[in-house]
Amino acid sequence: MTAITDPPKETFRLSMLLYDTRYRSLTIQVIALICFMLVIAWLVDNAATNLAALGKPLSFGFLGEIAGYDINQRLIEYNSQMTHGRAALVGILNTLLVALLGCITATIIGVFAGVLRLSNNWIVARIMSVYVEGFRNVPVLLWIVAIFAVVSETLPAPRAFRGDDATAHMLINDSVALTNRGFYIPKPIFESGSMIVVLTFILSIVGIVFFRKWAKARQEATGEIMPVGWISLAIFFLPTLFMFYIMGRPIVLEYPELAGFNFKGGIHMRNSLIALWLALSLYTGAFIAETVRSGIQAVSKGQTEAAGALGLRGPRIMRLVVLPQAMRVIIPPMISQYLNLTKNSSLAIAVGYMDATGTLGGITLNQTGREMECVLLLMLFYLITSLAISAVMNWYNAAVKLKER
Amino acid sequence: MSEMDMSYVRTEMLPEQEPPRSQTGAAKWLRENLFSGWINTILTILSLAFIALVLHEFLPWIFDSTWNANSLSECREIAPGACWAVIKERWPQLLYGFYPEELRWRVNLSFVLMLVAIAPVLFTGVPRKLLWFTAAFPVLGYWLLWGGSLWGPLMALAGFGVGAGVYAAIRPVNNLAALIAGPLAVVIWWLAAAGPVAGLLAGGVPLMLEPVPSSKFGGFSLSIIIGVTGIAFSLPLGILLALGRQSNLFIVKAICVGFIEFIRGVPLITLLFVASVLLNYFLPPGTSFDIILRVVIMVTLFASAYMAEVVRGGLAALPRGQYEAADALGLDYWKAQRLIIMPQALKISIPNIVSTFIGLFKDTTLVSIIGLLDPLGLSTAIRADTNWNGIVWELYGFIALMFFIFCYSMSRYSQYLERKLQTGHR
Repeated sequence: MTAITDPPKETFRLSMLLYDTRYRSLTIQVIALICFMLVIAWLVDNAATNLAALGKPLSFGFLGEIAGYDINQRLIEYNSQMTHGRAALVGILNTLLVALLGCITATIIGVFAGVLRLSNNWIVARIMSVYVEGFRNVPVLLWIVAIFAVVSETLPAPRAFRGDDATAHMLINDSVALTNRGFYIPKPIFESGSMIVVLTFILSIVGIVFFRKWAKARQEATGEIMPVGWISLAIFFLPTLFMFYIMGRPIVLEYPELAGFNFKGGIHMRNSLIALWLALSLYTGAFIAETVRSGIQAVSKGQTEAAGALGLRGPRIMRLVVLPQAMRVIIPPMISQYLNLTKNSSLAIAVGYMDATGTLGGITLNQTGREMECVLLLMLFYLITSLAISAVMNWYNAAVKLKER
Repeated sequence: MSEMDMSYVRTEMLPEQEPPRSQTGAAKWLRENLFSGWINTILTILSLAFIALVLHEFLPWIFDSTWNANSLSECREIAPGACWAVIKERWPQLLYGFYPEELRWRVNLSFVLMLVAIAPVLFTGVPRKLLWFTAAFPVLGYWLLWGGSLWGPLMALAGFGVGAGVYAAIRPVNNLAALIAGPLAVVIWWLAAAGPVAGLLAGGVPLMLEPVPSSKFGGFSLSIIIGVTGIAFSLPLGILLALGRQSNLFIVKAICVGFIEFIRGVPLITLLFVASVLLNYFLPPGTSFDIILRVVIMVTLFASAYMAEVVRGGLAALPRGQYEAADALGLDYWKAQRLIIMPQALKISIPNIVSTFIGLFKDTTLVSIIGLLDPLGLSTAIRADTNWNGIVWELYGFIALMFFIFCYSMSRYSQYLERKLQTGHR
């Protein structure tokens, strides 16, 4: 006869915190937490003591003070009588401007270089390899500084454009001037009635989206294939052009013109912006080229052959079979390249482009002596930007993930 | 019947015909690779035109150059092309910064010793015993570069020996006590004993070298010091962070994720600002330590966050079965990591690890922004010199070439390593 007895009651001993795997992880975590808190508390306490000793306790009041310095490249109204906060905002917008411009051109350059590197044309593939390896293996800061130096030292001064025996000439029908003070390009002026043209343009883009949906539904229902590309192109251009002429050409270009020893009118892109933009685009373009190349190579040859066996033709194989699969591989690293480009744009400070680092982490920091606050704000700004870009990436990854059962 | 004798089948082989001229040799290669369609033909012609243009611009510039001049204007008088005289005059500065001229042998020697120390890590053919030299090299290199007494850094290194000794001595008695006493002994040694002992020993045998302050460092030697130290420390730190991030201990994981995401979210330049202006605020009042050391710490932390993500990628790519097999063999966590998981995970992540190293080495140029005189910082100084005002291509070309050589050889090494460790059956 057996009686079921309770298992012997295990009493808790202190050594079990270390030797019993049930409790050990808890012990380790508590110790880690305590150490972490102690270190943080020590750092914060030191910082508070040091700052108090210097007579500048943590405060963000300086953002409301008069900045007193000028920013020559700006997107919003700003002068030296405005506050440090406003200056920081100008800087942040400048960062976003160069990041946006850089991302667009880097993508174009990168996609071209990546596709051409896979070309079966031997010379083109070699040239692209040289470009990619050359730019990937040299620091981006060197490119920024070098391009800035080249633009400032080797391009003609505005006065060289002057007179009958001018040694320099404006490009593209006298509309663009490349000088050692920066590039002057035409500026669009929106007169009354231009709103209607812009509106038409937006509407025609919406129209294209709907047309494509409709064409796809029709193809699935009837099997007829429409020349979607050509019709989209027509919708893209024709209504807007039509409206443009109906309204009496409300959008005109203001060309830069030589006035005295300098150019007036048009948009003035300073050397610092040009150098930063060009260097970031070329550098990041080389990385994007590698991403694109590996993405296309990641689609196995069997996919192309299977599509061919189904009777599809070249461009359609690319568009319907290869690209959708390659995109899944290409886009995530491409977005992290955008992230890198945005962070690298902080190197603007080396050529004096007034981005967030140049204003908040540069002049404002030096003038007010508020190192702690400025660097904290700067980090916060970049952190928010990075997290926003990562959020987009995660959203995309979730959207294109292979739906497995 | 004669028909029976007639044969309808050829009994001997015909001699092989030559393939058509267009299907062999250079003609075929040209057709397939350069002129296989009208798009390709246009591309080929455009590329040839581009190459011709580049050569037309650059060859005269390179060959019609001068090495002997004292200023840019003098250069321009002698030859219309490149003015290499600036490199000839300034190359010692670009390599050594302002390191005293008569002491430069120390930089050279430590560079050679560094190569010796790295060799057993990079190549398996080198004797394993050299790894002991690798472990001792940080102390030796520090002593050679910065000078001072050898006993200071040597006693700092001895701290690890003291810790290991204490741990080994107490371990038979009580495991827990040993685990606490070991690290404690290291800290006590560093704080209390290392200094006096070093002073005592230096009194007996003064192994002194003339000290060189950090402000004299510069040029490529500075880039290499920061880059190599950062590389050496960021890999182990990155592995620990990756393990922390993968761990199922919630708090450890949260700390690691927070650290990694924070560092990856901000540009390196903001961390260098921290190193140059903020770090002293976070330390007890009155402490201040070397700027190069501060920069190295920040660069290492920065690279280790990226390294952690790379290693995590390798860990994630490993099939689940490997972890389970390690558990089934009864290995504990650290043994499983050391013997089974890490060798495979690191092998998978070699290309990305090396590209992180390359990125770190390139990022050392950022120190010029906070005022250290790396090659880029020096280039600004050289261009501000009245003699060399206006020089662009030669200077930046030289610096770019040096960086290219370093980075490109690193990426070639990673390809070699990948091939060597390839165990798949392809």
